[in-house]
Amino acid sequence: MNTSADQIKKIEAQEYEDLVSQTKPKPTLLKNCIWAFVIGGLICTLGQVILNYFIGQGLTKLDAGSATSVVLIFLAALFTGLGWYDVLGKHAGAGSIVPITGFANAIVASAMEFKREGYVFGVGARIFTVAGPTLVFGFAVSILIGLIKVVFS
Amino acid sequence: MSSLVTAFLVGGALCLIGQLVMDLTKPAITPGHILVGYISIGALLSGLGLYQPLVDLAGAGATVPLSGFGHTLTQGTLKAVEESGLLGAISGGVEASAAGITAAILFGYVAAVLFDPKG
Repeated sequence: MNTSADQIKKIEAQEYEDLVSQTKPKPTLLKNCIWAFVIGGLICTLGQVILNYFIGQGLTKLDAGSATSVVLIFLAALFTGLGWYDVLGKHAGAGSIVPITGFANAIVASAMEFKREGYVFGVGARIFTVAGPTLVFGFAVSILIGLIKVVFS
Repeated sequence: MSSLVTAFLVGGALCLIGQLVMDLTKPAITPGHILVGYISIGALLSGLGLYQPLVDLAGAGATVPLSGFGHTLTQGTLKAVEESGLLGAISGGVEASAAGITAAILFGYVAAVLFDPKG
């Protein structure tokens, strides 16, 4: 009696786990993707509004792009400091990481955590915890492409 | 108005790809890896001439994601190589991205000093 009851319980538990693994990840993945798409899309739309404004002010496309980055970075740094960006990030995932605002967020968030190590080697150094590797690899790839152009032209 | 729609769709799609990479490989891929990956792949695609069409189509939808920052680095480097050869390969990327990098360091430092972490 006891063993068969245990068996039933085991089978039920196994079936339950199977059921959970079948159903649970998919809605989460779908939900995460929708959040990432919508929030990421909205941040880029905000960028386009700012870009259109600067182009309307007579800036060249290149300068308007730079100015847009500066404004977005400023907003992201401010919202990270206020704790609002992390609230957004909890739902938005990659939607709040991939845009340049996510780059600014990573800088402020890691620097803020290390304030007690001082303003020079705490905040000043930890600014580059994520920004450092990002710039290293960005520069490495672009310089490599530049060198290839030097060789082949 | 249409520039806003394409910016939303393409920018959203680029973020969606990042979310798929994070969710389907976790926990190996961190947000830091996503940033490094996007800037590198953006710089690479730009060198192959594949990123500019996306920028022409989607504007901020392609330049606001960090892959657009990689595109800025590569285009700045290539332009500087045309003007000053080997030296340009070294200086061009930072020249083109100076505003963004300096803003990130300046605003990042000031915000980290002024505010304390929440929770």
